[in-house]
Amino acid sequence: MSALLEVSGLTKRFGGLVAVKDIGFSIAAGEILGLIGPNGSGKSTVMKLIMGIERPNAGSVRIDGVDVAGWPTHRIARQGVGLVFQHSRPLHRQTVLENITLALLPDSLFRLAAGSHVAARAREIAARVGLEGVMHRRPSTLPFADLRRLELAKAVARNPKVVLVDEPFAGLTAGEVASFSELIASFRAEGHAVLLVDHNVKSVAALVDRVLAMYLGEYVAEGSAEEVMRNETVRRVYLGGKIELAARPEPTDTGRPPLLDVAGASVLYGKAQALEDVSLHVREGEFVSVVGLNGAGKTTLFNAISGLVPHAGEIRFAGESLRGRSAAQIARGGIVQCPESRELFGGMSVQDNLELGGQHQPAPVRERQLAWLYELFPILKARARQASRTLSGGEQQMLAIARALMMQPRLLILDEPTLGLAPVILEQLSKAMELLRQTTDITVLLGEQNVTFALPHADRVYVLEHARIVWEGTPTRFEAEMGTGYL
Amino acid sequence: MSGRTLWTGFLVALAGLALLPFGVGGYVLGLMTLAYYYGVFAMAWDLLFGFAGEVNFGPSFLTGLGAYAAGLLNHYAGWPIPACVAAGAAAAVVGGVALAVPALRLSGPYFGLITLVAVLLLQNALVLNAGFTGGEIGLDLPDVLSADESTNYWIALAFMGLSGAILFGLSRSAVGLILQASGQDAVEASALGYNVTKHKLAAFCISALFSGLAGAMLVFYLGTASVGTVVDIAVGVQVIIAAVLGGRRTILGAAIGAIFLIVAGELLRPLGQLSTFVVSAFALAVILFFPGGFLGILSSRGGAR
Repeated sequence: MSALLEVSGLTKRFGGLVAVKDIGFSIAAGEILGLIGPNGSGKSTVMKLIMGIERPNAGSVRIDGVDVAGWPTHRIARQGVGLVFQHSRPLHRQTVLENITLALLPDSLFRLAAGSHVAARAREIAARVGLEGVMHRRPSTLPFADLRRLELAKAVARNPKVVLVDEPFAGLTAGEVASFSELIASFRAEGHAVLLVDHNVKSVAALVDRVLAMYLGEYVAEGSAEEVMRNETVRRVYLGGKIELAARPEPTDTGRPPLLDVAGASVLYGKAQALEDVSLHVREGEFVSVVGLNGAGKTTLFNAISGLVPHAGEIRFAGESLRGRSAAQIARGGIVQCPESRELFGGMSVQDNLELGGQHQPAPVRERQLAWLYELFPILKARARQASRTLSGGEQQMLAIARALMMQPRLLILDEPTLGLAPVILEQLSKAMELLRQTTDITVLLGEQNVTFALPHADRVYVLEHARIVWEGTPTRFEAEMGTGYL
Repeated sequence: MSGRTLWTGFLVALAGLALLPFGVGGYVLGLMTLAYYYGVFAMAWDLLFGFAGEVNFGPSFLTGLGAYAAGLLNHYAGWPIPACVAAGAAAAVVGGVALAVPALRLSGPYFGLITLVAVLLLQNALVLNAGFTGGEIGLDLPDVLSADESTNYWIALAFMGLSGAILFGLSRSAVGLILQASGQDAVEASALGYNVTKHKLAAFCISALFSGLAGAMLVFYLGTASVGTVVDIAVGVQVIIAAVLGGRRTILGAAIGAIFLIVAGELLRPLGQLSTFVVSAFALAVILFFPGGFLGILSSRGGAR
């Protein structure tokens, strides 16, 4: 059977950054392809290029033989492409049924009334995706899963040849995942070509016919889900290479409460469960890693600890509850978070960024800290007068960590420091972390997707999956018990 | 509130207002006549803001074009009123499109800023060519709609009723649904296959048509075209406040807001300069605490359908 969607040589540059480089694949009628890659791999950009939301710099996108690369979005949609958005924005003053009707209308200025067949078709579609019970309600009164159903319904209504689905299962419970899988499988049964875009193979493995993996804008591997999961390069991208461990036994003799004690923390984003009943603890001087894939809830957990998002459950620091304290109070209390977005002041020099971090300290202490940090990260000393925006990604990450250390935290939270860094930079960063752990008695809570980076320094490991802690133990046991099932 | 409830309320209100000339004097009628024309300005503006999602900071650019095109043709060429009004509406649409085509290409706040600058340009052009346009003093028109206050009142009421019915009907139609989707999330609307620019441009044309018509009718009611009544930035600000006060995305609410603003301004006239302050403070309070406006308050009381 000929391919309904055929992409070749697709390339997109944003300024100097090549977000997508020479990507090609094809999807036949009645086939589901999974496009996977970690954050920043360019998979979402590929989807936008197909839909015409971004214009490709080079390459072709053929829909049933017609090259639509560079066309405006609405013409590509009319040509037979539908996109199921991850974040739905339905019309709030209209009912669910009217929202579905919207997708059934002709692109005409003069058809004022939709025919009766349109209303009947809208009802039919509502029933198919499981919205028949809420057809006359407003979207704002619906639970999260039903909002996702509404997005699916709009794609069904357009009856496109090619269906693109952005992170089909994000924020859904296991039961909902099953019914969504059935709906997506029904697209395949009807002869549509389906592209699923997701972070990892595991969540789409049961559904897809083939998987294409991307990393840093480039093709990595293609094949069945199992083949891709076994692929060496894919494993290195997600897990890293060989792991050397150096765990220390958990100090249990102290009798004191742990420095950080999280008990039953839950967070809701609107209607999506971002964190569910999470409990963990970190003792004074420990290095604890929370590993989990993108979207598992790591950042949400850290934001809850730092008081940046409201949460249920109890979080205690140094024996005292953090409930009711502002983010600023918590930070002054000794919990310093180094966010994955780094948040450097790009126009300021490296030294200025660091001194800003130590602003509240007396000058002698600040100077001592600065000298110590320059010893820890010699590259920063060499770059002290440079504007921080001119640093490489790895150097920026070191600066972000050093700035957090300037604040002399009792607990340092590092949120995915390896995000978007090339393997060689990871090694440098890893060495600095090791030095930090050996020469100081600092307490660290690290969130990582990259297991190779997270494990060597860790005393203990928690695995976060779909908003819950699913495993905890030592790094040695992690390799034995979780090593193969993590992807 | 369902469409049917609104239609019924709309017709009942029109019927009630039509009886007004039998009960009140010329002064009140004159005031209401003015308010109805402003009501059309505000409804036309709401189609663009509430549905297409584009903030037109210069609604008086469109009304001014309509008013002056009609006025000048009547004054210099002696065209009859219907021809002048039609020409005024056409001028507003042509001028509006000339403005909107480049402006709609820009995203973010630029559309609003361009419309704002357009008003200033028009105002200055009129004042600078005072010898031709009458400038700030105004342009006298040989013809007026009617010398009779009641007739003028009914013409204005019928005009507002008809405009309201068309604009409201449009907003509730299939085209209105697409327009609303385009205004709310242009990327998603185009992913559903709708040419967002085309729909927004059409909304702008319709908005310009009714603004121009209302501007032209207004000068033939007043008998004079002046910058202060149809072009000034302050006129545009009144129109915007009226539409937001009445209830965004409701069309009919905009007319209610306009009538309220004009009547309240008049009732508070004894306060002198303070009256504007009181009305503005009230409008601010409504916008802050009831962003849905008058009709928004009503429909939340009535509950969702």
